[in-house]
Order: sequence, then structure tokens, then C-alpha cells
Amino acid sequence: MITSAFLKDRAKQIHRKGSVPFELDCNKDSLAGAVSQRACVFCGSRVVLYPIADALHLVHGPIGCAVYTWDIRGALSSGPELHRLSFSTDLQEIDVIFGGEKKLAKALDELIDLHKPKAAFVYSTCIVGLIGDDLEAVCLEATKEKGIPVLPVESEGFKGNKRAGYAAACSAMARLVGTGDIGNISKYSINILGDFNLAGEIWLIREYFARAGIETVANITGDGRIADIQRCHGAALNVVQCSGATMDFANILEENYGIPSIRVSYFGIEDMAEALYAVASHFADPELMDRARSVVKNEVEKILPELSKYKKALSGKKAAIYVGGAFKAFSLVKALRLLGMDVVMVGSQTGTKEDYIELEEITDDGTIIVDDSNPLELASFIKEKDVDLFVGGVKERPIAYKLGVAFCDHNHERKEMLAGFQGMLNFAREVYSSVMSPVWQFVPRRSEEG
Amino acid sequence: MKGIPSYTATTNACKLCKPLGASLAFRGIEGCVPFLHGSQGCATYMRRYIISHFNEPIDIASSSLGEKNAIYGGGPNLKLGLNNVTEKYHPQVIGVATTCLTETIGDDLHRLLAEYKKEFGTESSPLIVSVSTPSYSGTHMEGFTAAVKEIVDQLTTESAPNGTINLFSGFISPADIRYLKNVCSDFGIEVTLIPDYSDTLDGPALNDYPVIPKGGTPLAAIRNMGGARCSVEFGWTLPGQTGGKVLESKFKTPLHQLGLPIGIRASDRFFDLLKELTGTAIPEKYVASRGRLIDSMVDAHKYVFNKRAVVYGEEDLVVGLTSFLVEIGVQPVLCATGGKSGKFENGIKAVLDGMACEMPVVKEDVDFYDIEIMAKELDVDIVIGHSKGYAFARKEALPLIRVGFPIHDRVGGQRILHLGYEGAQYLFDLITNTIIDKKQSDSTVGYSYM
Repeated sequence: MITSAFLKDRAKQIHRKGSVPFELDCNKDSLAGAVSQRACVFCGSRVVLYPIADALHLVHGPIGCAVYTWDIRGALSSGPELHRLSFSTDLQEIDVIFGGEKKLAKALDELIDLHKPKAAFVYSTCIVGLIGDDLEAVCLEATKEKGIPVLPVESEGFKGNKRAGYAAACSAMARLVGTGDIGNISKYSINILGDFNLAGEIWLIREYFARAGIETVANITGDGRIADIQRCHGAALNVVQCSGATMDFANILEENYGIPSIRVSYFGIEDMAEALYAVASHFADPELMDRARSVVKNEVEKILPELSKYKKALSGKKAAIYVGGAFKAFSLVKALRLLGMDVVMVGSQTGTKEDYIELEEITDDGTIIVDDSNPLELASFIKEKDVDLFVGGVKERPIAYKLGVAFCDHNHERKEMLAGFQGMLNFAREVYSSVMSPVWQFVPRRSEEG
Repeated sequence: MKGIPSYTATTNACKLCKPLGASLAFRGIEGCVPFLHGSQGCATYMRRYIISHFNEPIDIASSSLGEKNAIYGGGPNLKLGLNNVTEKYHPQVIGVATTCLTETIGDDLHRLLAEYKKEFGTESSPLIVSVSTPSYSGTHMEGFTAAVKEIVDQLTTESAPNGTINLFSGFISPADIRYLKNVCSDFGIEVTLIPDYSDTLDGPALNDYPVIPKGGTPLAAIRNMGGARCSVEFGWTLPGQTGGKVLESKFKTPLHQLGLPIGIRASDRFFDLLKELTGTAIPEKYVASRGRLIDSMVDAHKYVFNKRAVVYGEEDLVVGLTSFLVEIGVQPVLCATGGKSGKFENGIKAVLDGMACEMPVVKEDVDFYDIEIMAKELDVDIVIGHSKGYAFARKEALPLIRVGFPIHDRVGGQRILHLGYEGAQYLFDLITNTIIDKKQSDSTVGYSYM
């Protein structure tokens, strides 16, 4: 059913499983005027680098780009919290006319002296790409003068979508690798890529790995430290979550240092367990596998009784998912199933062809699969499928709430730990507390049903 | 006090960018879709920022420019975007604001829109209002004021005198807007309040997603604003060109500019003006609420007397709050803003005139880094402003009284009433109780009877 909510040019990015052979357009520029939920290249770079807590993050551009990304993410640090400050060169008209290089150099000079970061990232924004500031040169000069790495991030907003920003962040980070000491690293060692330590998740994941006998060398980038990234080439394996964001970095490490990588997810019981098993089996040491099994057994036992209570209440309820990366959507489909819920719509801002093929495989007939959606489409899907729960981010929340639908925030702004076994329980609690709230009986959608 | 060091970079800005203000203003026009001509990220970031305050959907379209557009011009995407918004949203108006990207590549919006109208315009096409809002010059307030000015300049036509009153109320909360409309109605005034986002950004739960939410300043009323009896425009720090000035020079509509009616004297001035304009006595209920306000101030004056406050935010809001604070005996010690209209200090001086209090430190063009340094020296008791001051207030263990925009760490930002006697009553109770709460929590005794 194509209604007026859909633009003709968007038709190929919406699929209903079972209706026609699977085909979905993706990884395209957002359609002008379609009110995409996507942000920009800069956003992608900020997502990846933001959690590096002992680095200075200087946004070279007008004030907006810095101010809209100030302390909005739940990425925690166990030490310094420099990442939570918002630095901007706050370019003015005169800088746009005469160039912003001098201002940038002066800003770097002052900020590095003041905050003594271990490195600095300088983010390029739309107009920097246009006025032709030579970020590379300014950063090189600052590196020499200050004795810390000062790294340009080519994140001009208009140069593609969020994925291009991930890539820019990864190549900036890659410049750090190989400069740290890699002595004293266990042969069973990993880097954790693509976890951003929202609400402390990476601490939990590290603890699971430690209990299984596996050493974590670098967090990339949750609770991240420059020194760790500088020695991450000493790890034996890269464990990559949120592959869209950090797979490029893993590929660089593989190319330059021969470190293999595996893709995992820490959301949901199945995927969390699978992540531990996959890492243990990579090292082919039966003892590691035994320890991993015991971690899983222990943790699952802890949460099962409470989970089954939620499952009873939530069984048969219908859920919709719209998230940034499609990889997270796989886990969510499984996690919601574990709670007895039916996923009737799933989509992402930046999924790839492979992602969507996999999504199509794991979803039920009739499920709507959508790429780079927008408010009118999402609202019409909610109505069409009579959804009970929407899982998304801040921009999806008011759409769900306006229509009287329960909501779970699974984006970077959230303050709830949703990864790991404990995270699965938190997720279930949050879903339960929204879906089972008495407020829905008062919203027009339910009260008008009679 | 010692001078604050002048840093090149902005750290934790106390301002937002220009297109955000324009988007909010456009959202207050009936049937209007805000549209940013620029990269996709701007629209998305601003939506997220606005949503987090109002807890309401806000669809802001974008021309979603990519790299090619930045080189060859954004015209084709602008036109495609306008067509898509027209098709999907059926707007009466599209409010197009530029961004730093399109201003810097030199897109000539007037020419592009004229071409667009020629190419695609029909009788049923939406009206298009455009405003130049490069974020490298001015803050969200300049964007807001400029958009309102352009709406009037581009949509108002010559009309016969109609006895209405125009109210340019500035950037206030939906609760404030509703209050002003009630006041006017109680005076028997037919008012054109612009922009009116009291419904569009604070609407009811619905059964269907509102493609464009109901409400907003009616277009028919905007067209006839030139024939109004007069215009009333709030603000001490407005630029030379405003909506009120445009009507004055184009249609000779008399203009009264006065500060935001916050506190007793500024509210008196507003009510007296309405009395004078209508020849009607101030309705009894406002006389009564003024009486109750003063009575409550007497009851609680000792709790607040001589408490030292830092007030920050948009220039006019700070001027208004300062005026109120000195009326209740709170000493504003620092009045700070990220704006730089050049009129801020005079505004503060004007509202302090005749009040026995010391002149506070008044700083424009500052960020929260500066505010924190200054606050440390000023022996502060309370902090008054939006959520972004929380970081430094927490560090200094100072209570934060949340007003204005954005309120990102509490619910109900849209329902904060700042204006009139009722707003002053709310603020007074809030400030007093915050001070009592602090005293009570800090006490080792723990009195339950204060």
C-alpha cells in the first residue's frame, strides 16, 4: 500500500518482505526535501571520535556544529573528561572571507596549553572545505610545536553521509597507531572496536572478556585513551561491533599489521554469548572456551527469572525498529524476539546492501524494511502495523509518542546500559516500563478504539 | 573583578546558530514547513536539539546538498527539495533559510527562487519566504528575528485599517504565547501574534501524525498586519530591522517597542500599554494576580533578599529576568550572553534604572568557560538560565533555576511561563523554593518547617 506518505523517488528504499523478490536501494545521498533522519559527515566523525576522553576535540567552523554536539552522548570516561567540553573556532564572517587558518592555529595553541590533552582532533566543517583552509598544514605545525599528535579530521558535512564521516574518523585515528609500546601484551588480546561506552557498557564487556581470560588492549573508542590507540597494533584480534563505524579502522590494522578481525554485537543474550564464544574460539584454547561458557552460564542464570516475567507480559506485542546502523538492528530483532515480541518494521539510516539482505533473512513475512526513512513514512508504518513499541533515537521518539506508541531509546544519547547480559535485562525493563504504562489507555489511538 | 582571559576558541557556547532561530520562527506560521538550504546535517542536528526541548516532532526539510552541489551550486537540489516538500506536506508556506554552506558557495537564493516559481509555480503552489541566515554571523536570535522580519516583509500587503494589534513577541515559550493571547483576548483585542508556535510545538496526543500540525499565525492575518492599529514588539536588544519596523516604514503601522514583560514593572508597562491602546481598564483578574504576586513577595522577601545570581542566555531574556530579580531583592552579579547585539549593557542599565542596586558585571559574546571563571569570583548563590549552564552550576555546587531554551534535562520546558504577573509568580515561587531547598539540604538539622 503506497500512500501519500511516500515520495516516488523513495519507493526503492522501502521493501515489504514476501510481497516481491527482495531488492532495496541504499547507501544513496538523502533525497532533498524528504526530511531524512540522517545527519552528515561531521556527525559520523563525531560519533566515532567523541568518546576519546583525553583528546581535545576542536570543531573548526561556525558555532552550530560544535554546540549541537556538546555533551549529548552518554559516552562515559573512567578518567579525564575532556571530550565533554565543546570547543569551536566559532568562525565569523571575517574568517570566512580571509580564511580561518590563523584563528585555528591560535586556538590550538591556547587550548593545548590550557587543557594539556594527549592529542587533538580538528574537525573540518562545511565551510572549511569551501574556504580552503589547509588543516593538514596547521595541524602539522601544531604537532611540531606542542609535541602531541594534532590530527585533522576530514569531516566536511556535505561530502557524503554519515558513513563518510566514520571513514574520516578512522583514518585520523589510524595515524596514531604504531607509536606506542607493545611489550607485555597477552597472546590472548583484543581491541574492542565500535563500542562507545554508553552508560558504562564497555566496562561490562571488558569485564566479561577478562573473566574469559582475554586482555583488552584498546577501547575504540568508548572510554578511549590516546596511549591505548597508539599501542592497539599489539593486540592479536580486533573485535568489531557497529561495523559501519569502525570496520575501516579494523581494515587498516589488518592491512598494516596483519591483525584479523571478527564482527560481533553485544546486544541481546544470543549475540553477547556469541561474541564471547567467537573470540574464545579464535584463540583456539579450550580453557578460554570453558571460561567463556561459564561467564555466559553465570550471567544468563542471573537474568533469566526476571526476563521471563517481562516476556510473559510482552508476548505478541508488535515492535518497530529504526536505528542508525543496520548491524544493531539485527541484534534488536533477536532481542525483541527473545521477549516474545513481533518485529513488524525495521530500518536504518546507513545500512549497506549486505546488511539489508541479512535483515530480510531474519525477519518474518510482511515485515517492512526501510532505508533512510523520514517522519511521515515512519508515522505511516506505525499506523499501518499498529505498532506497540518503537525502538529508535531522539528524532524518532516524538513521532512514536505523538501517536501514542511506547518507545525505547537505543541511540547514543541514552543513559541506560543496554549491552551485555545485564544490558539485556535493562532493555527488557525499559521496554516493559514503556509498553505496560497505563498512559496508553488515554491516548486517542487506544481510547477511540472503544 | 579581574579581567577574563580572552581565548580565541569558544568553549561550551552560550548561543546557537542562526538557522535554528529561523526554523523556530517558521514553525510558528500556519501551514509552514521550515526548509534549510544546506547540507543534511544542519536540519537533523537542529531537529534533535529542538525536539529535546519541546518533546514534539518538528520536521525541518533540507536541500541535502552533496559535494557536487557545493561545487556546481545548490539550485537543482533546492528545487527538487521544494517540489518534494510540496508533494508530501502540501504546505501553505515553505520558509527557506540559508546555511553557512550555501551562503559561502554563493547561491543567490532570490534568483533561484524566482527561477523556481517560473518553472514550477502554479496558483496552488505554496508561498515561499526566504531568509539569509549564515551561521557565521549572529546567533539563533538574529536568525529568529530576521525570519520574522522576512515573513512580514514578503507576505504582508497593503490593507485597510482593521483594528487589530500586531504582537511581535520574540522567542518565548508556548506557555508564554498562550498567556499573551489570553491577555489580549481579555482586553477584547484581536491580536496577530507572530510567530505563534504555541500549538505547533506543544500540541496534544493524536491519532494521526500531523503532516503539518495545526496552529501558527494565520496567513490571512499576516497579510493584513499592515492595517493593524499598531504593532507591539518585545525586546531591548533588537536589530535595526525587525518585523515591527518593516510594517512601520512600509504601511505606517505605529510601533511600540518595549522589553519582554517579565516581572512587575515590565508587565505593568505592557498592561498599561494595552489599557491605553484599548481604552479598557485592566481586567480584574490581572489586577488580582498582580496583587497576589506582591503579597507573596512580601511573605517571602527575606528568603531571597541579597542572594547573588548569575543570569545567562539570550540577551532579551536576561534583560527581562534581571529586571525581575532586582524587584524581589535578588542581586544579579553577572548578566551574560553569547549574543553580541551591542545593546545588551544598555538594556540592563535601563531596567535597573530607579532600583537601588549595584550594577552587575554585564558581558556579551561570552561562553560558559568565561561565565564559570567569572562566577567563581563573584560569590554566587543561584544560577538562572537554560540547561546548558548545568555543567558549571554543578561544578560550583550552585542550584540552577531553569528558564528559557533549551531545557534538555527536565520535562516541561515548553510549559514554563515567564511573562506577566502569572509568570513572575511562577518564577518567584521557583526561585524562593530553590533557595529554601538549598538551605534545607545544606542544614545539619533538617527542619521540616522553614
